[in-house]
Amino acid sequence: MSGCGFLSRGAAALAAAATAVRASRVPRIFTGTHRRLHTSLQSCSFAKELFLGNIEQKGVFPFPEISQDELSEINQFVGPVERFFTEEVDSRKIDQEGKIPVDTLEKLKSLGLFGIQVPEEYGGLGLSNTMYARLGEIISMDGSITVTLAAHQAIGLKGIILVGNEEQKAKYLPKLASGEHIAAFCLTEPASGSDAASIQTRATLSEDKKYFILNGSKVWITNGGLASIFTVFAKTEVVDSDGSIKDKITAFIVERDFGGVTNGKPEEKLGIRGSNTCEVHFENTRVPVENVLGEVGGGFKVAMNILNSGRFSMGSVVAGMLKKLIELTAEYACTRKQFNRNLSEFGLIQEKFALMAQKAYVMESMTYLTAGMLDQPGFPDCSIEAAMVKVFSSEAAWQCVSEALQILGGSGYMKDYPYERFLRDSRILLIFEGTNEILRLFIALTGLQHAGRILTSRIKELKRGNVTVVMESIGRKLRDSLGRTVDLGLTGNLGVVHPSLGTIVEEQLVLKRVANILINLYGMTAVLSRASRSIRIGLPNHDHEVLLANMFCVEAYFQNLFSLSQLDKFAPENMDDQIKKVSQQILEKRAYICAHPLNRTS
Amino acid sequence: MAELRALVAVKRVIDFAVKIRVKPDKSGVVTDGVKHSMNPFCEIAVEEAVRLKEKKLVKEVIAVSCGPSQCQETIRTALAMGADRGIHVEVPAAQAESLGPLQVARVLAKLAEKEKVDLVFLGKQAIDDDCNQTGQMTAGLLDWPQGTFASQLTLEGDKIKVEREIDGGLETLRLKLPSVVTADLRLNEPRYATLPNIMKAKKKKIEVIKPGDLGVDLTSKVSVISVEEPPQRLAGVKVETTEDLVAKLKEVGRI
Repeated sequence: MSGCGFLSRGAAALAAAATAVRASRVPRIFTGTHRRLHTSLQSCSFAKELFLGNIEQKGVFPFPEISQDELSEINQFVGPVERFFTEEVDSRKIDQEGKIPVDTLEKLKSLGLFGIQVPEEYGGLGLSNTMYARLGEIISMDGSITVTLAAHQAIGLKGIILVGNEEQKAKYLPKLASGEHIAAFCLTEPASGSDAASIQTRATLSEDKKYFILNGSKVWITNGGLASIFTVFAKTEVVDSDGSIKDKITAFIVERDFGGVTNGKPEEKLGIRGSNTCEVHFENTRVPVENVLGEVGGGFKVAMNILNSGRFSMGSVVAGMLKKLIELTAEYACTRKQFNRNLSEFGLIQEKFALMAQKAYVMESMTYLTAGMLDQPGFPDCSIEAAMVKVFSSEAAWQCVSEALQILGGSGYMKDYPYERFLRDSRILLIFEGTNEILRLFIALTGLQHAGRILTSRIKELKRGNVTVVMESIGRKLRDSLGRTVDLGLTGNLGVVHPSLGTIVEEQLVLKRVANILINLYGMTAVLSRASRSIRIGLPNHDHEVLLANMFCVEAYFQNLFSLSQLDKFAPENMDDQIKKVSQQILEKRAYICAHPLNRTS
Repeated sequence: MAELRALVAVKRVIDFAVKIRVKPDKSGVVTDGVKHSMNPFCEIAVEEAVRLKEKKLVKEVIAVSCGPSQCQETIRTALAMGADRGIHVEVPAAQAESLGPLQVARVLAKLAEKEKVDLVFLGKQAIDDDCNQTGQMTAGLLDWPQGTFASQLTLEGDKIKVEREIDGGLETLRLKLPSVVTADLRLNEPRYATLPNIMKAKKKKIEVIKPGDLGVDLTSKVSVISVEEPPQRLAGVKVETTEDLVAKLKEVGRI
């Protein structure tokens, strides 16, 4: 029962608030040509149900498994790719020269890595999300290559796979899968980053209604200089259902050959320096109407779906990198001696290894749990779960790479070693593909919207004096407290959402805490599910997994308790009012305003 | 267009990059959960056979491996590199431990006759046991000429010219077909099995047969008594002058 129904007044505020960050609520659209968006008919409901205090076990236990055939197939793929990256990719050179050598790109193409998820009938490998995540673990050895490949297939051409019609797929996918053409995703503009809905690039229908004329500038486009096929988002005039003319975003497939497409010089970046990032300008580019991707006016949802579909793989990419780092730093820690003892004997060093192993375990578990959900038939939309994976893994990456560098001490700081490059390459993970700030708001608001909708309908029933609903709610509460499910503190008597949450969208600090709690819960679920399976089937080293899982759960539990106590507006742990005051005073003067400690008054 | 057919034998071994560890009971090395891959010299052999096929000098390349079910992965890699079909001579894991060059040679000889091939390719040796015997024994059992340690191969009608790398330098032989060739390092540089080719290889057939079907007896007269790590390398000694060096060498009885 998806959310295209009507909402009551009480939850309208919540819903209106969440539309600013909408993504997963996508109504089915049928057109004359029967183009269907591949999005939530069926949503992963695990995360959303957590907001109601329910743990939907059937969605997450047992941990997803693949068949022996699929496993040996993936292992067959892993071999050559791993070999290629170890023997033939010189990451240091790529970073120093700021580009990926042409013959490395050619070899990547011939290996088939440019069309991993393109369906086989269009010349790709047609691999599942799980297999894509597995390959991501190896490709992560080089950050620039990872980002170049991801920009090409996880977002650049993904729109054609998700919402393209047969003609578009047949025309563009084969050459994109082979790498003959490279794709890029063009959404961001100088004045529109997180606020993607505010883009200003325009596409106007020509007189003869056969073309759209595209004008505008996009910024920070990965592969902008290499690509010949662009997925471009622009504002178009649409006649709304009530007859008014509105500006809505439409997605287009734009070929460089259409003319008027130019790109700026490659940007000099902190990290992922081998990937090509530049401005892309469209000047009176003529785009045939056949190249509209999805519906005219439906571009925003297309953009969100594309971004949501590739996001989860960041978890396995980072896990692959962390596993490599653990190997490299362990080698060092076990051989380097200070004070006549190996570094590996010191507690503060041991702690770092425990941290890296734990984070890698959690993000592996979250990624493959999410990938398993996504590989269910029916293209379920797990955008909240994917967002949680992205936030967790990007922040864990930054933290763990820093700790790994620290193990090496001074050497870690030197360019002779790869750690500083890993650090620089990982910083972007918190920024692109949706900043972690935006994703936290998205996680919290989408979940609250869902909870609000369900709970509001229950309130209506209760107000009508529907006895069965009352009994059910009470019974549920009893069962919950007996079954000890999580109480997010958002509910009062009889499960009513607190009226003060009407303006929730403005309370970012509150939303951040809600999101953090959810991310921890999802992580805990993932590790418990995975560890249980490992014990059940007797995988090697499952005792170690139990250690990691329990460690994480205890840590997350206490973090959640603290976040929960902070959620109470009047709790001493809650510094929100002070934070607001401090920032107001600083931003008013745009400077630090304290008097210098040495100053005197006489 | 030649009607030649080639049989390539491939062996699944512990990957060259893995740090080998001896089992505590000294019965062998740890293989559980350890990364395995195709023996590098076997890869070179497969590559050579596939190149001959691409030059249209060979019509069909058959990949064969003896051992437990995991061998099929290795055969699949050969198929992904370009072999046409595979034969898996199934040997249960316990018995596979005692498979030596003579047993494998017997299997290959029978297969070469059964499949009526003109060329049998092998790697010169496997990196796990370093035996360097299987190719030679196969040729002996078949009574075919052999060109071992091949670093260059040229097909000349019904003969092949093989350039061999031997301790003294390079030796060139001309062999009448059918013959056995073992590949050395510099014969070629094997291609990567690309992911699209791995997927195409899924459609190629692997026939599973038992050694008994070929009438081969796998009993071995060799048994492994113990496997141990090599002794730890001791630190060296620095000497100041040549006289000291000579004195030290005399001390340890080296001169």
